[in-house]
Amino acid sequence: MSDYATVPAVSDGRRPFASIAHPQLPVAAVTALVGFLVLTPLGYLLWRTFFDDGGVSLRYVREAYAVDGLGGMAWTSLLFAAGATALAMLIGVPLAWLIVRTDLPLRRTVLAVALLPLVVPGVLYTIAWIFLASPNAGLINSVAGAGTVDVFGLRGMIVVEAFHAVPLVLLLTAAALRSLDTSLEESALTAGASLPTVVRRITLPLLRPALLAAALVSMISALESFDVPALLGIPGDTWVFTARIFQALQRFPDGIALAGAYALPLLALTCAGAVLLASLTRRRRSYETVTGRGARGRPLPLGRSRWPVFAAVSLYVAIAIVLPMLALGWISTQPYLAAPSGDSLGRASLDGYRDVFDSSVTLRAFRNSLLLATAAATTTVAIGAVVAWFSVRSGVRGRRLADATAFLPLALPGLVLGAALLAFWLRAPWTIYGTLWLLLVAYVTRFLPYGLRTASAAMSQLGQDLEDAAHMSGASWWQTFRRVVLPLAGPGLLAGWIMVVVFAMRELSASIVLYAPGQEVLAVAIWNEFQNGSFRSVGALGVVVSVVSLVLVLAATLLFQRFGRQVSRARG
Amino acid sequence: MLEVEGLVKTFEGRHGGVVAVDGVSFTVEEGRLFSLLGPSGCGKTTLLRCVAGLERPDAGRIAVDGVTLFSATGGRFVPANRRELGMVFQSYAIWPHLSVFGNVAFPLVSRPRRRRPPKREVSARVGRVLEAVQLAELAGRPATDLSGGQQQRLALARALVTEPRLLLLDEPLSSLDLQLREEMRLELKRLQRELRVTSVYVTHDQLEALALSNMIGVMRGGRLEQVGRPRDVYTRPASRFVAGFVGSSNLFEGVVEAGGGDGHAVVRTAHGTLRARSETVAPGAAVLVVVRPEHVVLELDADDGDEGWRGVVVTRAYLGSAVDHVVAVGDVEVRSRGPVRAGTIRPGTQVRLRFEPGACTVAEADDAR
Repeated sequence: MSDYATVPAVSDGRRPFASIAHPQLPVAAVTALVGFLVLTPLGYLLWRTFFDDGGVSLRYVREAYAVDGLGGMAWTSLLFAAGATALAMLIGVPLAWLIVRTDLPLRRTVLAVALLPLVVPGVLYTIAWIFLASPNAGLINSVAGAGTVDVFGLRGMIVVEAFHAVPLVLLLTAAALRSLDTSLEESALTAGASLPTVVRRITLPLLRPALLAAALVSMISALESFDVPALLGIPGDTWVFTARIFQALQRFPDGIALAGAYALPLLALTCAGAVLLASLTRRRRSYETVTGRGARGRPLPLGRSRWPVFAAVSLYVAIAIVLPMLALGWISTQPYLAAPSGDSLGRASLDGYRDVFDSSVTLRAFRNSLLLATAAATTTVAIGAVVAWFSVRSGVRGRRLADATAFLPLALPGLVLGAALLAFWLRAPWTIYGTLWLLLVAYVTRFLPYGLRTASAAMSQLGQDLEDAAHMSGASWWQTFRRVVLPLAGPGLLAGWIMVVVFAMRELSASIVLYAPGQEVLAVAIWNEFQNGSFRSVGALGVVVSVVSLVLVLAATLLFQRFGRQVSRARG
Repeated sequence: MLEVEGLVKTFEGRHGGVVAVDGVSFTVEEGRLFSLLGPSGCGKTTLLRCVAGLERPDAGRIAVDGVTLFSATGGRFVPANRRELGMVFQSYAIWPHLSVFGNVAFPLVSRPRRRRPPKREVSARVGRVLEAVQLAELAGRPATDLSGGQQQRLALARALVTEPRLLLLDEPLSSLDLQLREEMRLELKRLQRELRVTSVYVTHDQLEALALSNMIGVMRGGRLEQVGRPRDVYTRPASRFVAGFVGSSNLFEGVVEAGGGDGHAVVRTAHGTLRARSETVAPGAAVLVVVRPEHVVLELDADDGDEGWRGVVVTRAYLGSAVDHVVAVGDVEVRSRGPVRAGTIRPGTQVRLRFEPGACTVAEADDAR
């Protein structure tokens, strides 16, 4: 990111910042805030689950697991998450290595295209695969013969979830690879090791913490995933936790209690994952001394396998990214699901797009999503910046706790958060239910970890001297923060902001529980259109959403690069 | 001008407290440059940061111009941004998002509104100080375009623009390469003397300290081991540590045979007697005698039966401006440095060692630490 990271941030690691009287306060405040955001609704959900008619009751737990054995569902959930993670790592890690380290042709383009699914809402991507590979009417099956591929059931779920998780794995691995000093590999090469040996003995061991973290993140997000299990699992009678929770929530008035019963084991799993992830991130610091500057060497030559490897990468890109997008585009022109042919081409029209822009519901969904995404991103990054500054710069006791608390929402599946918030606000004396504020609370809770992470990454790259110099120049705390810290951390904060905007634009699982008519967001609008069977509208809406998101991200990235270049010119 | 009294600073470590500065007192007079010299980890930077206000000491007092900036007993701590001192950081800490001008102007425009100079004065003052460090023509450039030496000048200009009462320099030359460092050393001295700005200079480089300072404080383990003028610290080190750290030296342990009233003592060592400078040592005391290599003269052994120091040349090294010899005397090795024109002596040759009069100094006796 920035190049002035070469100055060691703090010599002794934790120096109480001399001129601030109570540095504990902000850290305590954010711990309390996150605690409140997460624990209050969760506590209420538990209470609804276990208390009934004024007494402790296991009625809902018993009822919940009478439907389907806990063991079976837990097993399916784990199988789904582990399978998707394994496949995503298998694709994402080599892809990252090829892009960052080797002379793969067109690697920048490959990277840009491979990251595209990040901006596409998961529900849209899943629906695109249903259009492609539903056993009867799927486009692939109508071209290649019925029954060639079947997207419903566990196998389809794993593949689609994995494809959608690859960009995340790719991003995390590429970042770790970039910060890896190439001279570590080059010295192994000069020591006489072959390229495969270098990868196996040097690169992979150094990357291990980052790879483990990527696997854990992808595992947790698969466990929490709602769109794939609901759209591909339920029709194939493959049930995981999230699908059951969603099903339970459809039931009134005691659906929330039932959902709570299903949520408990899921929460236990994701919490375990998050705790592991937090301890991993802490331990990873010992590796940073090794990686440090990340001097860039020459890309490693792939030699004769250069073009075959490129062909393989292209095949992946074609299947996982181009094909679903083409399917959406095609469907958007068709009155009903039909394979490309002379007849269907004759029926092609742009009416679907007219419907999108004529519909007040979809326009409102656009407005709601944009509003919520920018508000959530701004809030989380602002909180993150202040907290990260204190936690990086001051040796405040208890910042571990603040760090850990900040990880908490990661372990909270969107559906569970939605259910918990619903349980809380439906009974609260005054309520924000029925307003966008409730959705905003949910979004801020969900995305606070990302705001904190990116902000603290940006802050820890700033040398302490740059701030000390401002103090010595007579600048007050606020002047220093505003005129030195913010401009320098700006590119990093902006990157975090873009990330939260992208995630918020895709958000479905909490929104679908919490929205009231009038507050549909994009993913919910797509979901509803699909449930209504208006495939053409789904296709058109999907294309528009993808294009808008892409344009937003591109614009933000350009801004970010220009801003970043201006700031991060190398020192000396 | 600057008074530091009984300063103590402890850091909380994982295994209890670490005392970084352990009861340090010194004063710096108006317009003088005071160096804090010592190996890494001796507490010199922490001490400087305490003076700057970037660290809060645990005990002691700091005053500038009679104004108390910190007093543990008085419960007074003026924060760094109110002390109106100038500081040059080891990393320069040039703000990469500002231009050269912007960096230097920052201290002026950060002032409280009523004390902020008008725009015209800001640019005049920035221009003047940039002129002084010879960066005037680069004012509009992004600060990150500057070379290492130029960034160093920029950091200096930024520290000087407010005409601070006290200038603090934290190893300002250590990130420069050798040639540039020598150049900047002279430049720094010229500026400091011209502006007569009172300065505290932290360094681990004895040459820098000797060349720049009016006074040197040698630090070790959080304490000041010796404070004195450069010449005194060099020629009359107070301890084995100072002798070893400030320049290379030969150390001989011995016993005082006769303490002369003329400021000299005769010391008997295992290899012969020495006449060493000393103020107050009683006969019979165990002492350490310091002899600088350039004060050891080698002569080809005439074997005239004269009592004296004899040895065998072990190695010689040609340094360009001087020649070094290592001579084995009994079981110790003595280093000698002489002018090139004196020629070199082949290893294995018997030589006689002569110590220049007044060049031997008695350092402290029992160097327990």
